[in-house]
Amino acid sequence: MAQLQLREAIRAAMVEEMDRDTDVFLMGEEVAEYNGAYKVSEGMQDRFGSNRVIDTPISENGFAGLGLGAAMCGLRPIIEFMTWNFAFVAMDQIINNAAKIRYMSGGQFSFPIVFRGPNGAAGQLAATHNSSVESIFSCFPGLKVVSISNPDDAKGLLKSAIRDNDPVVFLESEFMYGMRGEVSEEADYLIPIGKARIAREGDAVTIVGHNKSYWRAMEAAEMLEADGYYAEVIDPRTIRPFDWGTVARSVRKTNRLVVVDESNPFASVSSEIAFQVQSRCFDYLDAPIRRVTAKDTPAPYAKNLMTYYMPSAEDTYQACRDVLYLD
Amino acid sequence: MPIAVEMPKMTDTMEEGVLVQWNVDEGAEIAAGDVIAQVETDKATMDVEAYDDGVLLRKVAGEGDALPIGALIAVLGARGDDVDAFLSQQADHKPPPVATEKPPASPQVSTPQKDALAPAAAGADRAVRIKASPLARRVAADHGLPLYQLRGSGSGPDGRIIRRDVEAHLSHPAAAVTQPDGYESVRVSQMRKTIARRLSQSKFTAPHFYLSIDVDMEQAVASRQRLNSQAERTGGVKVSYNDLVTKACAAALVQHPAVNSSYVAEENEIRQYNYVDIGIAVAIEDGLVTPVVRGVDRKGLTDIASEAAALAQRARDRKLQPAEMEGSTFTTSNLGMFGIEDFTAIINTPNACILAIGAIRDVPVVKGGQVVPGKRMKITLSCDHRAVDGALGARFMATLRGFLEEPLTLLM
Repeated sequence: MAQLQLREAIRAAMVEEMDRDTDVFLMGEEVAEYNGAYKVSEGMQDRFGSNRVIDTPISENGFAGLGLGAAMCGLRPIIEFMTWNFAFVAMDQIINNAAKIRYMSGGQFSFPIVFRGPNGAAGQLAATHNSSVESIFSCFPGLKVVSISNPDDAKGLLKSAIRDNDPVVFLESEFMYGMRGEVSEEADYLIPIGKARIAREGDAVTIVGHNKSYWRAMEAAEMLEADGYYAEVIDPRTIRPFDWGTVARSVRKTNRLVVVDESNPFASVSSEIAFQVQSRCFDYLDAPIRRVTAKDTPAPYAKNLMTYYMPSAEDTYQACRDVLYLD
Repeated sequence: MPIAVEMPKMTDTMEEGVLVQWNVDEGAEIAAGDVIAQVETDKATMDVEAYDDGVLLRKVAGEGDALPIGALIAVLGARGDDVDAFLSQQADHKPPPVATEKPPASPQVSTPQKDALAPAAAGADRAVRIKASPLARRVAADHGLPLYQLRGSGSGPDGRIIRRDVEAHLSHPAAAVTQPDGYESVRVSQMRKTIARRLSQSKFTAPHFYLSIDVDMEQAVASRQRLNSQAERTGGVKVSYNDLVTKACAAALVQHPAVNSSYVAEENEIRQYNYVDIGIAVAIEDGLVTPVVRGVDRKGLTDIASEAAALAQRARDRKLQPAEMEGSTFTTSNLGMFGIEDFTAIINTPNACILAIGAIRDVPVVKGGQVVPGKRMKITLSCDHRAVDGALGARFMATLRGFLEEPLTLLM
């Protein structure tokens, strides 16, 4: 095992896959000469040359479409968005082309492409740079959506995403790029897409959280343990296809569910989880499902408001106490 | 011309009757004397006979209807008679039914049990929505625990019943509410109405006082044993203690006729009877009746025993006719078989007195300065002070005790 930052784990995954398969290439803004806006692709241009690590203009719709064309022609592009906030200008390529052409062509074309970049809130970046996009992309059949919470998962899941023959939306986090963690050095270390991870076992309440919210869930679980309650924390890892079985089994055991999700609450991933779990586990619920989400407003800029806007470990802890009827 | 069939007056005290059952269908040919229906009166369930021949054109009373004497219960006549015209003509001068009850076959629980689990439907005003988590509902259902039993025990928000409430109930059922709020509505039978009316009337109008005395039953026990072992050999009638007490009462009443009396307020007189008819209280399934043994003072023990046994059996079979329960001059009530040592009874008016008989107890008694095993029985006379004063009652009790302690003297 190696101690790697999350950005290094992502890089390791890309390097390994590019070593393995010459059809794999990386394209995006500042990925080559500048070594990546967040230094994820540091050294990769030196290693693979500017034919396979390609800087693009500031034209997300253009290079997303370029990537899709390449994928249609048999290459396996990795398209980096500097942040997913910028992918909104590439929506037509991602949603109308990436998600639908395989279906519309009767399977004649497939898109072995990964769109990756940091997602979600990243501090005082104000309303347009703090979006969480997982629910937007998850609602279109045809896209796989992966959201990572730690370096090891980043490597194993990105390698799986690159090898996948369908388009994968791969969600990282600015805040977590520097996070260190044990990462497997196993050759062909692949974590399957569509399998959740039970990060912590417990019997009192199930907490589901992905990406940064996974850490809020873990912190809340620690606080609950101090109260004598053992929360089961599940990192779904993949938003779509979602591993309903793992969550449902857990809820049938704990009879309670708290979902932490830093998206805006309306029609979000947490809404879908709450719906799916109540329909699968209705007779097992001893309390209404609770969600801990960002507030239903654009992200504010002011630090105090931003703190208030974001879901916190304390909010999660309190939601758990509520569904446990402790207060 | 149609003929009205009316609720008959079947006993002296009957005011209304419940049509319990129709024995014939509409359109049936009836002959005078046929039993067409059964009516529950204040005393018994009795047959209603048709007085005329004809076809039963219409049942006016339904089964379960309580109707006053004289109320129309059916129309008899010839086929083709205009029943409706007859009925409208009758309606002009007939009293309406006093009450219409539909007695259920069995006592009915008025709290909706099944509704308690279901969302309020048609009876929304009655069925209160019980808040419970889905899990709590499932756990309760798995244990066959109706949710209403948990009503009020919910510890969740707004009293929501959650799993721990169900589990608490299951582990400590005694501590939780085991009955739904509500009550069981049991129809008051004609007999119960009679008991209620007559005993209230007795207790409220006849000023009761009570005289208790302890009777040495040693010889009575021995005498009864001898009599019964002889009866066993000869196949004769066995005698109960109650028969013995009944006989002793008759003998004592002959000596104290003022106790064998009635206070008749309406006539401003006390009637002292020159015969002794003793009512014996018999507990039956849903009440009690007092069949009367006639002329006890002139009867031997075996006659008393066989008559009393037959009457008690007929009472339990609900076959007593009102005449068999009317006209007593004195009454006894015995709870000794339940181990009751002594109690006071409410006078069975118009009797002036009732004797309450307790159990025969094995007790240590002092005889000749020695403590020896003895048989004792407590009897308590309830007296209507309007007719019987304390001293009179006390003398009667002393006489009664004398007969019971020396049963041989009953032969005198």
